[in-house]
Amino acid sequence: MMDRGNGNGRSDLRIGVYVCHCGINIASMVDVKRVAEQAAAMPNVVVARDYKYMCSDPGQEMVQQDIRELNLNRVVVAACTPLLHEPTFRGACERAGLNPFFCHMVNIREHDAWVHEDREKATVKAIDLIRAAVRRVKHHKALERRTVPINPNVLVVGGGIAGIQAALKIASAGRHVYLVERELSIGGHMAKFDKTFPTLDCAACILTPKMSDVKKHPNITLWTYSEVDKVDGYVGNFKATVRRKPRYINEDTCVGCLECIDACVFKEPRFTDEYNEGLSKRKPMHIPFPQAVPQVTAIDPETCLRFKTGKCKSSCVTVCDRNAIDFDQKERIEEINVGAIILSTGFQTFEPKDRLPQYGYGIYDNIYTALEVERLVNSAGPTEGEVVLRDGSKPRAVGIIHCIGSRDTKSNIWCSRVCCMYSLKLAHLLKERTGAEVYNFYIDMRTPGKGYEEFYNKLLEEGVHFIRGKVGAVNDWAITPEEEGRLVIRVEDTLGGFVRRVPVDMVVLSTGLEPHKDAEDVRRKFNISCSPGGFFLERHPKLAPVETASGGIFLAGCCQGPKDIPDTVAQAGAAAAEALALIDKGVVELEPNTAFIDAESCSGCKSCLSLCPYTAISFIEAEKRAEINEALCKGCGTCVAACPSGSIIQNLFEDEEIFSEIAEVLSNG
Amino acid sequence: MQYSYYPGCSLKGSGRAYEESVLAVFDHLGIELKEIDDWNCCGATAYMSVDERRSFALAARNLAISERDMPESPMVVPCSGCYVTLNKTCHVVKDYPAIKDDVTKALDRAGLKWKNQVPVRHPLDVLMQDVGLDRIKEAVVKPLKGLKIAPYYGCQIVRPYAEFDHQIHPTSMDRMFEALGATVVHYPLKTKCCGGSMTGTAPEVGLRLVYLLLKEAAKREADLMATVCPLCQFNLDAFAKEAARAYGPVNMPVIYFTQLLGLAMGLSEEKLGLQRNIISAKNALKGAAAAAAR
Repeated sequence: MMDRGNGNGRSDLRIGVYVCHCGINIASMVDVKRVAEQAAAMPNVVVARDYKYMCSDPGQEMVQQDIRELNLNRVVVAACTPLLHEPTFRGACERAGLNPFFCHMVNIREHDAWVHEDREKATVKAIDLIRAAVRRVKHHKALERRTVPINPNVLVVGGGIAGIQAALKIASAGRHVYLVERELSIGGHMAKFDKTFPTLDCAACILTPKMSDVKKHPNITLWTYSEVDKVDGYVGNFKATVRRKPRYINEDTCVGCLECIDACVFKEPRFTDEYNEGLSKRKPMHIPFPQAVPQVTAIDPETCLRFKTGKCKSSCVTVCDRNAIDFDQKERIEEINVGAIILSTGFQTFEPKDRLPQYGYGIYDNIYTALEVERLVNSAGPTEGEVVLRDGSKPRAVGIIHCIGSRDTKSNIWCSRVCCMYSLKLAHLLKERTGAEVYNFYIDMRTPGKGYEEFYNKLLEEGVHFIRGKVGAVNDWAITPEEEGRLVIRVEDTLGGFVRRVPVDMVVLSTGLEPHKDAEDVRRKFNISCSPGGFFLERHPKLAPVETASGGIFLAGCCQGPKDIPDTVAQAGAAAAEALALIDKGVVELEPNTAFIDAESCSGCKSCLSLCPYTAISFIEAEKRAEINEALCKGCGTCVAACPSGSIIQNLFEDEEIFSEIAEVLSNG
Repeated sequence: MQYSYYPGCSLKGSGRAYEESVLAVFDHLGIELKEIDDWNCCGATAYMSVDERRSFALAARNLAISERDMPESPMVVPCSGCYVTLNKTCHVVKDYPAIKDDVTKALDRAGLKWKNQVPVRHPLDVLMQDVGLDRIKEAVVKPLKGLKIAPYYGCQIVRPYAEFDHQIHPTSMDRMFEALGATVVHYPLKTKCCGGSMTGTAPEVGLRLVYLLLKEAAKREADLMATVCPLCQFNLDAFAKEAARAYGPVNMPVIYFTQLLGLAMGLSEEKLGLQRNIISAKNALKGAAAAAAR
């Protein structure tokens, strides 16, 4: 290969400038021809070209050919954001034998064409930015990417259907998975459902085999009732600390015979059963649901007499011939090393009580959230699937109100995507179980999915009523004898063009999906970002939907945004594939834009130590100076800016690179 | 703390009992209300629909005077119509620079400057937030034991701005009456329209609304209804007989929340203006007291 030199001396600097039209994205606001002509006349520029799509194969080939034939040693590409195509053009340079870090991008799309309305000024700005880049690249150095080995284990956080699916895929591929679940059992929201739309197949029948596969799989370490406390490290080499809360039952010896529950001194269940959304009672000794995985009971210390008073004959201990009950069980901390992390922490449903009091939830007994009704129609639920209201009666008419907490600036602005479909499912089940008249109150019916519109049509044929309009209020204000003693739904029927009063005996609020209330803590813990609504942010909405901006951390399921079970399972598969693609490579390439310390001039003031968000800086006592672990450094530049003696230097952001760029961009003023 | 006080036209006319009870209660609690000098119409009623900008200018003049004379004091506004108009002016002037310019020019002609720094507060807000239920409880000498009250907030003190309570399901009065020892009945129509000016312009609409509100309170076995707004009180009191003639018998006294507060604090019925009601609340009050004694 021809020696292209480092080009640091002005005499042998040979720069190529490439101006992209980006179709009309740039060309409609920037005179790209003129920009290229001007660039051609800049110092050390050997060639300047414009092209309709620089990122296309012919565009890249043009750059590569020029490097070879014109002996270029610097490349400036004026196009879109480097976030999108920096890897593209660095790759092109590399293939032509040029160190990829001699390539620099100028963003004349997002920073110029898309944000201006004056073509002349936008053109001048593009020229200014390119002139600055031309001067900057002079100072670029040849840099090498470092490779580090990858830990092949994967951590999956959250054991709903997303986490279960991802864990099983990775485990089946022969990699070890740590599946960490906050609750007592895996299964998530899906385990609470009776049927799934649009096929009406039984949720338990399709989910529980997967749950038990997780438990049985030799490659899966399952930790329920556990939470990730802390995550250190970087892509390929994370270190996670997991806190395993005490359930006061030894998981290794308990066989799930449930005799301890029968033996509990509370003969009748007396305490709110969280799993059944408070619709039933449980004992202090309990298991969330019959198919729970692991099939292990737990003691609630808040209600257990032994914990509350110290005085209890503890008949649970007597009946347990496995000696699995351990009142002294303590919280355990596990430290694990993994190469990739999949977050599948799910969602919470909108709480209508204080946030939308006009719908009467918490004021009137017979108003339910959809999740409560899921338990009510579930054969493993509090009434074994019989639909009985809180007052013991059966409803003659049911109103299902869509979009509770969704599609409204006063609650959540987004569509929760699943509510129309689960409302249809519940309408079908309620009609089937009670014979009641069922009314759906909807703003728009949203049924985009395979078999979804067909399901909607089926419901129409079944005689379920659909009233288009946003419900104003639900209360017990009766005007007519028919309304007396019932709940009255008031709504503007926007197809009929009048206000309706619909008396019913039961109201179902189709509550939307929103981020967990502690999603912000989780975000910070894993150093990722959130979208404006608070769901975790993917790296690119179209092209990197399961990756995050933090390498090695992937997303699956509703923690990234509301979605139904088919989409969740598909996304979980994608996240598993991404994680496998990462770890199966064996090594990870780290970008060289890291900081390093000039040992000679470091005064040992320690200012930088506490500032580093990645704990990449340590202090060498013997030499009284700081040192940066390049493998941990993410190149954020915080220490560089803070160093009082200017002893910290960052690759690709060296002072002379930045100052020359600033000087040139301002020289036109 | 000292507050400036904007009465508005109703409190000097049909809502005199409201002014009397507000002033008596605040005085009793040792809170000074200083009526602003040379106030004018708040800008509500027809102005707002005919010419919004003039309406804003009228409202702003009152706010500017309050700010000039008592720069540190929030302005207490008992009438819901005045309250929402003055509040709306503050919001709109803050959000729309063009309207701010017009208002500033108008005030300039009157030799006034206005920085939009006076908070507009309803007495219910001041009593609940600044005074607090603890102090109110301490002042109670005659608990309203046995009295069943339907709390009626009307539309404007919580909508659209919801400055101090939920805009559809407010509970401030509910909590206050419970602190006074009364029983609050479940009243789902607490923010439904009283008919507004419809009682005059479209009686078939207005009277029906009046009837529904009174009827529902009676059905819930309330002894009386409590309101925060002079127009609500006027509609429900003055048109009750006409509504009863049109739709069916109903007898439900409607009084101001400050009158109930004053009674619990031992102030005289006279001082609180209770004699001014058309449908007298005196029998309801006596009956409840007698029931409680038994």
